[in-house]
Amino acid sequence: MLKQDLSSPPKGFGGVFDFVLRQGSTGVIWLGAIFVTAWSMWLISDIVFNGWAGLSYDFLTHTPTNAGREGGIAPILVSTGLVLAICMAVSFPIGLGTAILLSEITATDSWWGGMIRRSLDVLAGVPSIVFGLFGNAFFCNILGLGFSILSGGLTLACMVLPILIRSTEEGFRAVPIAQKLGASALGLSRLSTLFYILLPIAVPGLIAGFVLGVGRAVAETAALIFTSGYVDRYPESWLDSGRVLSIHIYDLSMNIAGGEAHAYTSALVLLILVLLINQTASHIGLRYLRRGVT
Amino acid sequence: MNIPTTIEALDLSSTIIQVENLSLHYNRKPAFAEVSLPIYRDQITSLIGPSGCGKTSFLMCLNRLVDLVPLAKMSGQIRFNAEDIAQKKVNVVALRRKIGMIFQRPNPFPLSIKKNLELPLKEHRTKNKAEIEEIIQTTLEAVGLWKEVKDRLRHSALLLSGGQQQRLCIARALVLEPELLLMDEPCSALDPLSSATVEELIQQLKEKCSLLIVTHNLAQARRIADYTALFWFAEQTGKLIEYGPSAEIFNQPKNQITEAYIRGERG
Amino acid sequence: MILSNGNILSPSTHDRFLTGILWCFSLLASLILGLILFFLVYNSLPVLWDIGISKFFLDSSWHPSEALFNLTPMLVGSLLIMLGAILLAAPLGIVSAIFCRFYAPKVIAVFYQSLIELLSGIPSVVYGFWGLVTLVPLIQKVNPPGTSLLAGIIVLALMILPTVSLIADATFANLPKEYFQGAAGLSLSRFTLLTQIILPASKSGLLTSVILAAGRAIGETMAILMICGNIAQIPDSLFSPVRTLTANIALEMAYAMGNHRSALFVSGLLLMVIIFALVSLAHRAGKGSVYA
Ligand SMILES: Nc1ncnc2c1ncn2[C@@H]1O[C@H](COP(=O)(O)OP(=O)(O)OP(=O)(O)O)[C@@H](O)[C@H]1O
Ligand SMILES: [Mg+2]
Repeated sequence: MLKQDLSSPPKGFGGVFDFVLRQGSTGVIWLGAIFVTAWSMWLISDIVFNGWAGLSYDFLTHTPTNAGREGGIAPILVSTGLVLAICMAVSFPIGLGTAILLSEITATDSWWGGMIRRSLDVLAGVPSIVFGLFGNAFFCNILGLGFSILSGGLTLACMVLPILIRSTEEGFRAVPIAQKLGASALGLSRLSTLFYILLPIAVPGLIAGFVLGVGRAVAETAALIFTSGYVDRYPESWLDSGRVLSIHIYDLSMNIAGGEAHAYTSALVLLILVLLINQTASHIGLRYLRRGVT
Repeated sequence: MNIPTTIEALDLSSTIIQVENLSLHYNRKPAFAEVSLPIYRDQITSLIGPSGCGKTSFLMCLNRLVDLVPLAKMSGQIRFNAEDIAQKKVNVVALRRKIGMIFQRPNPFPLSIKKNLELPLKEHRTKNKAEIEEIIQTTLEAVGLWKEVKDRLRHSALLLSGGQQQRLCIARALVLEPELLLMDEPCSALDPLSSATVEELIQQLKEKCSLLIVTHNLAQARRIADYTALFWFAEQTGKLIEYGPSAEIFNQPKNQITEAYIRGERG
Repeated sequence: MILSNGNILSPSTHDRFLTGILWCFSLLASLILGLILFFLVYNSLPVLWDIGISKFFLDSSWHPSEALFNLTPMLVGSLLIMLGAILLAAPLGIVSAIFCRFYAPKVIAVFYQSLIELLSGIPSVVYGFWGLVTLVPLIQKVNPPGTSLLAGIIVLALMILPTVSLIADATFANLPKEYFQGAAGLSLSRFTLLTQIILPASKSGLLTSVILAAGRAIGETMAILMICGNIAQIPDSLFSPVRTLTANIALEMAYAMGNHRSALFVSGLLLMVIIFALVSLAHRAGKGSVYA
């Protein structure tokens, strides 16, 4: 009761106004939250209910026929997997190396370190369609890889690099400074400090970064339209064109009349994939990694 | 103060380190300035003074750990076995092998007890298994830890008590057979019993190497140190205001501040 | 002995090797931005050389086949959609973060937070697809053709809302604990705490969140491509179709040749200029690395 007394507004006109403002703001905030919840529920339930009907084992294991209106998405899943594999195989070592250099080797005030950081900050903001332009000009044309799984994977690798580096760095930040000083005071080399002291502690951060990178890559479409191509059969080699899941959804909904049902199901598959991947990332226990990584 | 100030006047066999006009700035802000003092071989030297006057910073200069602090700038000379180790081109890895350091909080690596000792050994001394086993045993015996941990060498070092961890850290530094061991308040994070054990250990270590110990515990300094240096704030930075054999510093201090400090009136 | 660097052989050679590799990797990583800019400029040059910059803003329309390259409608389209989405998403996103941290009961807060995280992970093509099959028909009933600026704004707002909300939430989380303890000590009410202490203290973080969301909005391609109608003209109402810079590239890149292709790279360059401006704004707002 006492608590109630203390927090109740003083009487008088100002008091009434204040009271209305307080109660009003609480109302507005709840309303806003309910609105956002309803809005996103609408989207999610729409995809889930409409996609659910077509989801079956056959859908996942058959090739698409009749331009995707019938059949399944097996070759598309394969292409998606291959593009992701290239993307991560290329970007993970580079990202890890850069993160180690930035957080453990260059001094925080070093000019080069600052330049690399700044360029990564900008890179993180580059629109994915610009990555697509770049990939098309560089990997497809200049390097002569053409529209291929390889071009697509390399383009995505450039794109996920900033996220990867940032979350990996976050992992290294989890290593207590006392450990680093201790290792230095013993005159341990960088190599053994890295392998025995830093990496074991930083591993959860690295895994979370890896998974977040995969999540970002699997959701990407615009960077792949002009790099990995549209062809919806099984790719025969790294240099073959292949259609990833997100492009399949785009194509079915925009260019194929009557492709809506399968577009829904494919969207549901993609949604579940992304959800699983992101859940894994946060289960690794580093939810804080998402700060600024969204 | 009766301290030799020039290199020529030094008896090299009796001093292990001669610091000359050493100053340190953190981002232009001075931590301590113009410190000159010798550290005598096979003796225990203690460093006392109020909090923040630059004792830890001074230790970190001696093994060049300040290199890791961004924006820290050191000037002056540190003669270690007649070499100036304050120069840029010094091989800090080789230096840190010879000048070990113990930190205020025990910082064993999150590995097994054995691995903690093995790591510096393999890096600097030997890869021979039998030899490693032997060195580990003798070192752990030397720090009085062998009986306590010999059955759980493969357990995590983080499961040890605070005092045991600190002794493990000392053992870890000792496996490299350092010529000088820097200790930054090695007992301050420990309970009185562990603290007493570690203090005993420090006195025994005198036979193995020279020691430089930072401590806030004046009684401890009086008990164990052969020489004592007092750092104090003057003109916004840390300065060395008195240095000499502990008996003199604690019984007939020349400086009034020293006298007040050791009587517990200031600081 | 300590002075001679080369004396202790094995560790330092290993280390030099390691450091070398790490430097190579990081130079490669930072080279990517350089390469992107280089290829944008390199591929834009032919048309810039040919017709100059001013034509991109002064030509009568965008008809590349007739050598008319007016990018203004796309620029206006991009900016309008971004502005509309920000106007919707910024307040909602900040309210979401406030709700989650200060108003919601624990259970609801956890649920709500995971909902926002889920939203942030949904691929843009899924947002676009949803807009296309549910939102566009609804708008069409009100005012045809349905594919419109409004559809774009609504979908994009939902897409960038998590960006605002998650960064705002992180800003609140990083506020010093003393603020809350101090407020509790004075027994301030939640409303006073919020308006007098928390919001003013997190101003720069909130600003950063909005700027980053704007960057995401300007760069979004797929959703917009699917629901905005893509007609290259300055829209005269919320219900008219628009084309953005990003959609322009995605639509025509597949068949563009010569000056036309080159002009699409100019669109890309224009996007990069906007992104640069936003990133440096964010840096200034966050006083340091925005992503730190
Ligand atoms: N990494 C650093 N960056 C900037 N300033 C520092 C840093 N480390 C220490 N300082 C400053 O240098 C001065 C000396 O610090 P130092 O840690 O050497 O004191 P100390 O004598 O060891 O104190 P204590 O007895 O509390 O351990 C202090 O003013 C401190 O704030
Ligand atoms: Mg200290």
